[in-house]
Amino acid sequence: MEQVTGAGERRTTYDARGLSEPVAEVPHVSEIDGDRAVFDGAKLTTRQINLELRNLIYEQGIRDVTVKNPGAKHSIGVGILQRCRIRFEGSLGYFGVGLIDGPEITITGRVGWSVCENMMSGVVRIEKNAGSLTGAALRGGDIVVKGAVGARTGIDQKGGTIIVGGDAGSSTAFMMQRGRQIILGDVGPGLGDSMYDGEIYVGGTVKSLGIDCVPGEWTDADTELIERKFRIYGLGSPPEFQKFVCGKVLYNYDNLEPSERKLVIH
Amino acid sequence: MCGIAGVIHRDGSSDIGSEMTSMLQSMKHRGPDSSGYALFGQPTDLIVIRFKLADANDPRDFDFKERLERHRMEIETRLSKIGASIDRVESETEYAYRATVRYDGDVKALADYLEDVPGCEVLSLGHSLEIVKDLGDAQEVSSQYGLAGFEGTHAIGHVRMATESDVDISGAHPYWAYPFSDVAVVHNGQLTNYFQWKRRLESSGHRFQSECDSEIIAVYLAEKMAGGDTLKEAMEQSLDDLDGVFTYMAVSQDSLGVAKDEMAAKPLVLYESDELVAMASEEIGIRALIDHEIDTYDPYEGQVLVWSR
Repeated sequence: MEQVTGAGERRTTYDARGLSEPVAEVPHVSEIDGDRAVFDGAKLTTRQINLELRNLIYEQGIRDVTVKNPGAKHSIGVGILQRCRIRFEGSLGYFGVGLIDGPEITITGRVGWSVCENMMSGVVRIEKNAGSLTGAALRGGDIVVKGAVGARTGIDQKGGTIIVGGDAGSSTAFMMQRGRQIILGDVGPGLGDSMYDGEIYVGGTVKSLGIDCVPGEWTDADTELIERKFRIYGLGSPPEFQKFVCGKVLYNYDNLEPSERKLVIH
Repeated sequence: MCGIAGVIHRDGSSDIGSEMTSMLQSMKHRGPDSSGYALFGQPTDLIVIRFKLADANDPRDFDFKERLERHRMEIETRLSKIGASIDRVESETEYAYRATVRYDGDVKALADYLEDVPGCEVLSLGHSLEIVKDLGDAQEVSSQYGLAGFEGTHAIGHVRMATESDVDISGAHPYWAYPFSDVAVVHNGQLTNYFQWKRRLESSGHRFQSECDSEIIAVYLAEKMAGGDTLKEAMEQSLDDLDGVFTYMAVSQDSLGVAKDEMAAKPLVLYESDELVAMASEEIGIRALIDHEIDTYDPYEGQVLVWSR
């Protein structure tokens, strides 16, 4: 149950766990110039930053927003379902820019766990490192991380492309179902474990392959894809890549229904 | 969930009490049940003993205060009996105390003798380590124990969301690596071979004060270090010996280390500069300490990193 206390000019609400959150009011702190806006997030809470962003994009029709000093706060820029440009000057915490559909986003710092979770479309460029679970359940669009990423990148990925300039941790592409990952650096153990489909390209070394992940046959389409993505994102000349795909030999790839399999076994 | 944080100043000292409070308070949402600190002040010839004689949520029966006073006097008597020269015994709260003594004897014998007093738990013992932990958030604990202005070189801290054991001080982190002086641990995760290691270590003479799986790590490291391993060697070996998901930090008198399990299932963000190394479960924990734009990174699976002063 929510409790409210009065504290001078600033009312504070408390949720059931006793955590405080300022009342949900748009702070209106942006400097607006035509269809561009800039505001400083240093002294704003997560909710205030998101309210300001949504007000600019949805209510005022601004299509180019710069957020200064996001301060690694969590869940910033989520749920933006509009074509627009957003630039974060600084770092984001966990669950940044998730559930988005359409925006083109640049983050000049690093991001924490689960950036771009369930992203539908658009482009997200991250200039530094990203934490674990980057692009979890990604459905579409491109994520470009210039630095390294943590573990389980693209877990349950269902589409889209994840490009990583540095290394990737363990269980990269775990249970990947569709889409592409282009990792320029080294990859940790268990690459592509239990993947269903999709393509993984690795420029460095692979510590070990996960279950049912196997080397794939290189085609002209792979060359075209890699060259196009490198050209679009200004990544220079592509190195030589190894390609990995699903071997489709796990039990779930036979043609029998579970009830039929039981009949065969017995 | 739980949140952990650590900071080590490469050179010189700082107000690590306030620094750790800021880091932990920014991660309060990860664990509102209890907060704890392992702070390293300047080493002295004296031994600092942090102990408690009751828990924060023990029932306050009629003779509660009288019993605490009796037990406190018994502690002082036992310190004298075992050959420790008492410098000072101060009440930090109604039930928690800080004693400084001169003592050259066996640390384990001293801790065991004190813990034989009903209700007594030695929270830490060492020439510079001081463990402070209690229920509530970091600001409450810091205010209760007067930690603002605690000058020191390095520290680790923990905010706890209790999952495996009770909400009490015994279940709060950090854990002292009994009976190894000046070593402590904070942990975020779950250990699945806890009971195996507890039985093994108990049969070697180690005592456990809680039902919390994290206490195993502290005692495990103590066992290894008593056998001659360095902190880093002990931590590296722990990656093979401990099952489960974990990110933990361990501190000794001159070092701070972090270890991550092979699945890297628990978060940690690191920042290094020429002056200090800071780390926390979430980057906002580090930014509570540093107000300018910084570069941070996540350590990878199976990594052990140790920084020394």
